[in-house]
Amino acid sequence: MLHYTCKRIALALLVAITVSFLSFMLVRVSGDPAYALAGENATAKEIAFVREKYGLDRPIMVQYLDWALKALHGDLGQSPYFRENVSAIIGHRLKVTMTLGASALLFALTLSIPLGVLAAIRPNTWIDRVALGISVLGQAMPSFWFGLILILFFGVTLRWFPVSGSSSWRHFVLPTIALGYYATPAFMRLTRSGMMDVLSSDYIRTARAKGLLSGSVLFKHALRNAIIPVVSVVAVQLGFMLGGSVVIESVFAVNGFGLLAYESIARADLPMVQAIVLILSLIYVLLTLFADVLNALLDPRIRVA
Amino acid sequence: MVEITKKIAALVTLVLCLVVFSGTPILANKANDTLNFAWKKELETLDRYFNTAREGMIVSRLICDDLLYRNPDTNEYQPLLAKSYRWIDTTTLEFELRQGITFHNGEKFDADDVVYTINFVSNPDNKILVQRNVNWIQKAEKLGPYKVRILLKKPFPAALEYLAGNLPIYPNEYYAKVGPEGFGRQPVGTGPYRVAEVDPGKKIVFVKNDNYFKDSPKGQPSIGKLVQRTIPEMTTQVAELMTGGLDWIYMVPTDQADKLSRVPNVKVLKAETMRIGFLQMDAAGRCGDSPFSKRAVRQAINYAIDREAIAKNLVGGQSRVINSACYPSQFGCTQEVTTYPYNPAKAKKLLAEAGYPQGFSVDFYGYRNRPYAEAIVGYLKAVGIKAKLKYLKYSALREKTFANKTPFMFLTWGSYGINDISNITGYFFRFGKQDFSRDAQVRDWLELGDNSIDRQVRLDAYTKALKKIADEAYWVPLFTWVANYAYSNELDFTAQPDAVPRFFLSKWK
Repeated sequence: MLHYTCKRIALALLVAITVSFLSFMLVRVSGDPAYALAGENATAKEIAFVREKYGLDRPIMVQYLDWALKALHGDLGQSPYFRENVSAIIGHRLKVTMTLGASALLFALTLSIPLGVLAAIRPNTWIDRVALGISVLGQAMPSFWFGLILILFFGVTLRWFPVSGSSSWRHFVLPTIALGYYATPAFMRLTRSGMMDVLSSDYIRTARAKGLLSGSVLFKHALRNAIIPVVSVVAVQLGFMLGGSVVIESVFAVNGFGLLAYESIARADLPMVQAIVLILSLIYVLLTLFADVLNALLDPRIRVA
Repeated sequence: MVEITKKIAALVTLVLCLVVFSGTPILANKANDTLNFAWKKELETLDRYFNTAREGMIVSRLICDDLLYRNPDTNEYQPLLAKSYRWIDTTTLEFELRQGITFHNGEKFDADDVVYTINFVSNPDNKILVQRNVNWIQKAEKLGPYKVRILLKKPFPAALEYLAGNLPIYPNEYYAKVGPEGFGRQPVGTGPYRVAEVDPGKKIVFVKNDNYFKDSPKGQPSIGKLVQRTIPEMTTQVAELMTGGLDWIYMVPTDQADKLSRVPNVKVLKAETMRIGFLQMDAAGRCGDSPFSKRAVRQAINYAIDREAIAKNLVGGQSRVINSACYPSQFGCTQEVTTYPYNPAKAKKLLAEAGYPQGFSVDFYGYRNRPYAEAIVGYLKAVGIKAKLKYLKYSALREKTFANKTPFMFLTWGSYGINDISNITGYFFRFGKQDFSRDAQVRDWLELGDNSIDRQVRLDAYTKALKKIADEAYWVPLFTWVANYAYSNELDFTAQPDAVPRFFLSKWK
């Protein structure tokens, strides 16, 4: 187990370094950042000044190593746009996005697990079909569009929830649904197939034969085993949600990490973009690592493979 | 199983009830004297000198006052923080200041504030972002507690325009203490509104300054409280406006503005702005040999495009066709120049005369309003010119421009809301990086106009330059842009060509 975990950690680190390097390169090949940083209508002299000030005139490897070394010491640099420390801004925004991500995950699980269970115990009935329909819809609808539909229906027509903002829990309801719904199908299909496998296994038949109540068989015996693959997917989905909240945050004007990422790219705020990519990839790598280790703990066969 | 379903159903009902009954009723904003407005932009700082955004200007004009004020109706300069002003000579401006004005934090306004602000921002070491606003200033001097002089590096006739809206005066003691960072978070001015709360990137709350000096030409603020929110998604802004969460939005895309105009209680205004569109052609041959070095080709392109149709059908609202290389209200901007009405037959004839009977192919660069550019491509195709549209980000386009790789461009220019022609012709015809005509005669006339403070000398020089620009067809001047505003019909709001809303002039009906 220790060997397996070490191997995974090494791999995760490698992924994080590669991602940070690639993102560093990509923002630079898309054009000379000095032009964007200098602002509209800057003169050639001002652009040259910016290039020198931010060290953009040095070889790209030197720039990367300099940045990576500082990042290792926790210094993610100054944002030329906000003229503030990148870490301070990110810390604040990440909290908002984490809240949104966690509540969306909770929503997705609350919706998908009961639906999955229902679909599994009544396979090929209308219940199964409805559950399937809900899940397909979730996957097929662009979250941007779904967000707007929610605004239109619950915000404009019914006026149950505020249209945008993040100042109270009511503001989080619509974005939570919009973000969470997208993850629902993955959880639901996994729960359904897991449940169906388990329900047809011998120990469930034995449990039933012993005369246990059907609810107790379902939840105590079947669900516990069926949900194992869901647990590992949860970690990965949370990563997706943090990354995917860009659109939702923009639609609902939730001032979070995703929106910051999106806007930082537009205003060529390089230190901010790099830091965001680094943090996001680290979160993602950590979550995947966590899922891998958890899976290995739950299922010894994985450790050998 | 049935039992579980029942429990779930009960829980769902409970949650729904909670949600419905906890809903706060939407208050009419007129009733609580609060104007809620939004824009997309997240302002990096509220210090006007360290942001370049239009929104920064809006905020600055609410909080701060300048020495002068340009009356938006008459375009005349009126003393604001100054009591009077006069030119001592071509490089010296003298101001008598008003007495008895205090900043929002209680600091007294006097000559020290003016001298400190002007000297701080004009010192290049302090690196304010828009150097053009200040690089004409040599320094400010105090002549008495309420008397100052501003010395110019050289004659600069547009100085009054800059002093009337782009040079807000800051409280010297406070600014020296908190610096640009502190001021950016908690700005203090003498203006009609003071900042009560700042939640960076989310909202700014302004409260009416009850002590605003009575004879200000800006008038007295009427609405008690202004709440600005940053909402990046336009559709969300529209939804907020429809539900009463917002009372005012702007920069609404035309299609959404048209739909909004059918919503009761919402008023839509498509007001003309100072931004103009134009095609720039490489007459100087900066990008190598090109058909644009021939005047007939440039004239043909002028004749080929039905600008009237694009202005009317695509831009809409108050958009109008322009004929010279500037916005009509700008000082010196005559429209009495050679015009090129839509005439594709004449365009074809000119092209044939120039040696291009079959037309030619060219890369056509643009960075905004793609539908307009596509319409232009269509018109050019009709006379045989195959313009291959290349859309770039503004910064990338400029990089290419500086590297002489853009022979044909669709550009726009807003002159930063400065009502003086020097802010547009100065960039495009005085041999700068953006000048693709490089006409020494035009440059000399413009330099004369830009450096003289005699109105008539300026007018004559600009007229000559604009006439030659039109005769030579260096540009295709297109049309003016509009800004679409949508707001509650309880609000009395007037738009200005610089698209800087002046909420201190707004009131409830």
